[in-house]
Parts: sequence; structure tokens; C-alpha cells
Amino acid sequence: MISGAEIMVKCLENEGVSLLFGYPGAAICPFYDRLSQSSIRHILVREEQNAAHAASGYARSCGRPGVCVATSGPGATNLITGLATAYMDSIPIVAITGQVNSELLGRDVFQEADITGACEPFTKHSYLVKDAKELPRIFKEAFHIASTGRPGPVLIDVPIDIQQSGIAEFKYPQQVDIIGYKPRTQGHALQIKRAVQAMSEAKRPLICCGGGVVLAGARKELLSLLEKTQIPAVSTMMGLGVIPLDNESYLGMIGTHGRRPANQALLEADLVILCGARVGDRAICAPDMLGAQAKIIHIDVDPAEIGKNITAHIPIVGDIRLVLGALAEKASARAPQEWIEQVRAYQRDYVPRGEPSEDFVEPRSFVRALSGMMKDDAILTADVGQNQIWSVNNFNVKEGRLLTSGGLGTMGYALPAALGAKLAKPRRQVVAICGDGSFQMSMCELGTLCQNQIDIKIIVMVNGRLGMVREVQDKQYGGRHIGTVLDGNPDFVRLAEAYGIPSALAENNRQAEELARKMLSSSKAFLLVCRVDPDLPSI
Amino acid sequence: MKYTLSVLVENQPGVLSKVSGLFARRGFNIDSLAVGVTEDSRISRMTIVVNGDEHLVEQVEKQLNKLIPVIKVKVLAGDFISSELSLVKVSCTPQYRPEIIQIADLLGARVVDVSLSSMTLQFSDTAQKTETLFALLKPYGIKEIARTGTLAIERGPGVTRKQNA
Repeated sequence: MISGAEIMVKCLENEGVSLLFGYPGAAICPFYDRLSQSSIRHILVREEQNAAHAASGYARSCGRPGVCVATSGPGATNLITGLATAYMDSIPIVAITGQVNSELLGRDVFQEADITGACEPFTKHSYLVKDAKELPRIFKEAFHIASTGRPGPVLIDVPIDIQQSGIAEFKYPQQVDIIGYKPRTQGHALQIKRAVQAMSEAKRPLICCGGGVVLAGARKELLSLLEKTQIPAVSTMMGLGVIPLDNESYLGMIGTHGRRPANQALLEADLVILCGARVGDRAICAPDMLGAQAKIIHIDVDPAEIGKNITAHIPIVGDIRLVLGALAEKASARAPQEWIEQVRAYQRDYVPRGEPSEDFVEPRSFVRALSGMMKDDAILTADVGQNQIWSVNNFNVKEGRLLTSGGLGTMGYALPAALGAKLAKPRRQVVAICGDGSFQMSMCELGTLCQNQIDIKIIVMVNGRLGMVREVQDKQYGGRHIGTVLDGNPDFVRLAEAYGIPSALAENNRQAEELARKMLSSSKAFLLVCRVDPDLPSI
Repeated sequence: MKYTLSVLVENQPGVLSKVSGLFARRGFNIDSLAVGVTEDSRISRMTIVVNGDEHLVEQVEKQLNKLIPVIKVKVLAGDFISSELSLVKVSCTPQYRPEIIQIADLLGARVVDVSLSSMTLQFSDTAQKTETLFALLKPYGIKEIARTGTLAIERGPGVTRKQNA
């Protein structure tokens, strides 16, 4: 006989899981008990939401689904924000929750929550396990669904009696067969032909790189398309990191908080090739206008994204890596020289904002300096708020990654995501940039960092404000500030020291750069506190 | 405009809530939804009638297809048979019985229950014809209506999903 809990652990082992993030509780104890017999490493987080964020950082850094575990009731509901964050950014996660005894379901017993019901809008799929015999199939399907097609989080809710019940033998299925799930991979040949034709006819073509390019691992294919056609390119926030800032076709991030050259090019293009971009309102605020002005080629693995926010003239459903590969191979025409020169002039005329200051740490110039100091394959996680905009517009991703919560905009993402990223890629430099607001949403994870001796560098931009909301209050609510002053901040340096984490305060750019250099050269975790001007805008 | 969707789903618990939840959170309005098992007991058919434009129905179709237990979605266009079953209880004293029976005969409804003060008709036809029946019965006083929602199937040999496909 083999117990449900043991099957769960064996399923994870069969999926090659070597590490998971979790927080135990009574309803998941049988699983934890078996986990102790396994070589799978368990990282105890300090709050369940951060287990999901850490799994997200892990998944995004190594390309395999991240795994997080929580108990029933509050453990499970705490996971929700993390799962919703992953869902919006299409990050593959398998979340396992304990559940009360299946015979007591629906009776509102201690720590019972209908988590599959609650997570319905935030998961790609979910399972409530009713029979231990089903576990191998469900785990196999969950990992398959999470990581194929458009990736996303999958939840498996396992009642405690199912974990305790036994079945005769364990056999892990080799294949999945879900009749309603067969993601399309190859783009339609005719549509690809039409796209190539449109690209050669366009006077002002523009490529927009979205998060789908990152998820599909299509960097090489996109860069070769850019090189061959010289078509200028922009990126959404989720697509950052694919094209290095110094690529001469590249104009930076579009959107409400993007760079001017990128937005200018988008306003003037007569053909926009959307690659794995879902046309979110922060990236493209007037999709109808764009659709009227330019022909749209929309490439996405998720058919539902095509035509959702913008009408596509040439829709291509398929794996972006394969589609871009085909386009790069078949495209022959070079973008018109006049257009190339026009956008290069925009790029030349653009002077990034922010100069080093003596009175405060000026964050934009500091991020640029930091970017120059970090290793080429470093991973930066950016939190949410003004600090996110400072980071994403000024950090130059070379061979590494930039991880941030783009879709849901979840504050507190950076620290746990950095933990996950570092555990996935222990040899890479990992830096988290947070604001004082967002840092305080997950700073309990400093404990996780200490317990596991995880060498990540944290930069906290302290302005004593919820700066992003304050900007909204300034622009749209007559400057009436409410709820956006962060009085009661702790002394972050002493806080870090209380955890035994070396830390220092920088009061101007010179100090910040000096400390950053010191921080990056050490092999231990470090928390760098930067005092930022409270009145500084995000762009 | 009204669109009729024929949706094949895995016959398992929770699927109805996944589908209805999707309609609620994406802001799609359901006119009617009817579910029942098909010739294959592992598969159920949902017939969903939605009101909207072409763009909306395209999104409904694509979003439904994203749900893992959804096997096949077909927007029925052109020639299909649609029908719904309804039961309607009308206030009816004995003196009005002949009139109501006449209306029933005219439209092909069946009297399934009679009391001293009421008469219940069973009717099975398109949503449009059903409305006609109700309009004719209204002057007598409709006490209660129960409807199944529209069921639909393509005319001719065409099917929503081929066997072994």
C-alpha cells in the first residue's frame, strides 16, 4: 500500500521537482510528513502569498513550473494574490493545498475554504481531488497544463483523508490525454505568408515584443528577425529583457509609463506586429485608434487574446518561437530607410531623465549606474510602484532577466520573486529593487532569506510615500493627499541588522553607487537603503 | 442578435460552475443555458443562448475553449433545429376551458393538468413560438411558467464533434 501523501511526493519527484516553497498546516501534514522522506528541498516562507511569488520567480528564472504548498483555509486563501499575479503574467505554477476531510466538505469546519471555487478566475485550471487513485493523472495533467500553451497557475486541492488513504500501487502516467486541451503550436502557413507580405509592403512597420516572447523562449528568433529586417522594435513591460537597450532597432518600453521614442514610433507606425502582447491598457491605452491607424499582425499562442482588445488584420495563433522563426526565415524585405532614420532620430533626441544628486539618491540615474555594475546575466526583480517604473525604464537587461508583476501590479512581489530566482539560478547575481511601501508588504521574507542563507541583494528606495498613488492624487484629485504618507517606517538598516543582514544607508548617488559596488562584490545578502526625494515623479 | 452555442464538455462536477463563472466575470449575458448528458456518458452538452454582437460571441467562443473541460464549442449558424420545453399554468375557470384548449390545439400545446381554477399546458417548440403561446394565454392570467431553455441541434447529418475525433 502507498498513501496519497506519498503519491503526491512521488509525482513531484517524477516531474523533476527539486525544490518547493510552502507553509505547513494541519490539513497538509500528511504530505509534509512524506516530504521529509524525500530529497525535495522545502523552503519555508513567512506568508503563503510569498510562496506563490517565490515559485513565480523560480519558474521565470529556470523555465520549469514553480511549486508552492499551503494548508487549507487561510493558508490557501493567502495564496490567492500570488496565484492571481502569476495568472495575469502567464507564469507556470503548480500550487498544492491541503483541504479538510472530504466527508466534511461544505460543513464549514475549522480552516475550510472553497479554494478551487475561489481561485476559479485566477487559475488556468484547478482540481479538487476526490480519490487517491486520481492523483498521478492529476499531477501529470497539472504540470502539463501549467507549462504548455499559454502558461499559468494550476491548483490541486487535496483533502486530508485523500492524503491519508492508500492505494495498491503507484504508476506515474507517461502521457497526458485531455480531450479539451490541445494547444496549437505551428502558425498557419497562409497567415505567415500574409504577414511576410504585409511586412514588405509597410512603410512604417514596428515590432512590439510582449511577455509571450519571453515565455516562449523566442529571444533568438526575434533578434534575428530584427537583424534581418531592421524593423524598429518596442517592448511592453512584460517583454523587457528580450531586446538589449543598446540594440539600434530598439526604442524601449511603450505605454503610460514608457519611453517617449517608443510611444512616438507606435503613434506613427502603419504596421504593428504584436508578439505575445495582450494589449493591456497600460501598454496601449487606445487600441481602437491604433487599429484604425495601423495594420495589426497579432501573434499569440492563446487564440482568445486575438481580437480581445484589438482587432487583428492578420491573426497568427501559435508558439511564438516557431512563428517568429518562420517569419525571420521568410522575411526578405528590409524596413524602409526613411522610417528607420526617423525613429533613430527620436532615439537620439531622447535624453533619459534623472541626474545624480547630492541631496538624495536620484533613483533613475542610480538604476542606470547599477545596471552598468551588475553582471551581464544578472536577474533584477522590480517591485510595484514608482520604483518599478524607475527600474524598468533604466535597467538594461543584457543576458539576464527582469522580473516584475506587470499585469496584476502586486506590491511585495520583488523580494519573494528574488528568493525564487536565486534558488533557481544560484550562480547568478540577483537584485531586488523595492519601494518602502512594497518592501513592507513582504519584508517578513527576510527571515526566509536568513534561514536559508540566500544571497540576494535588496535595494529599498525610501521616500516615505506611496509615490505612485500620490502621483495619481496630484494629477487627478487636486493634490489632496490621503493615505499616501508612510509615517512609521522603521529604520530599515537596523531592521536588516536585526536579521543579521548587512545593510547601509545611502543619502546621495555617490554613496549609493559606492555601496552598491560593495554590495555586489560580497557573497552575502545585503540590504541597501536609498533615501529618495519624496517629490520625484515616476517618469 | 441572439446566438446559439452548442458546447460539449466533460461530464464531471464543477464544469457548470466554471462555465457560468466565466460568463459572469467576462460580462457576457446568458439568455438561457441547458445542460444534459449526450450519447457518450462522459460528455455533456450545454446549449447556451447569448445576446450580443459578433465580437462578443467570438470572445465567448474563444474563452469557453480555454476552459480545460470544454471539448468543443460550435456557434450554430444557418440551419439548425431549436426547441425548448415549457410548462405554463393559466388561471382558468371551467367556462374558459374551451378557449384555452383551442389556443393549445392551434399551437400544438398539450394539456397536462386541470383544476377548477387552473389549467397547465406543456409546450415544446422554438423560443419564439413559446413567446407567442404565452402572449395568447396572458389575458387569462398566467400563474406560473417553467422553461428548460433552448436546446438545439444541427439539421442534416452534421454533428458538433465527429466520433473518435
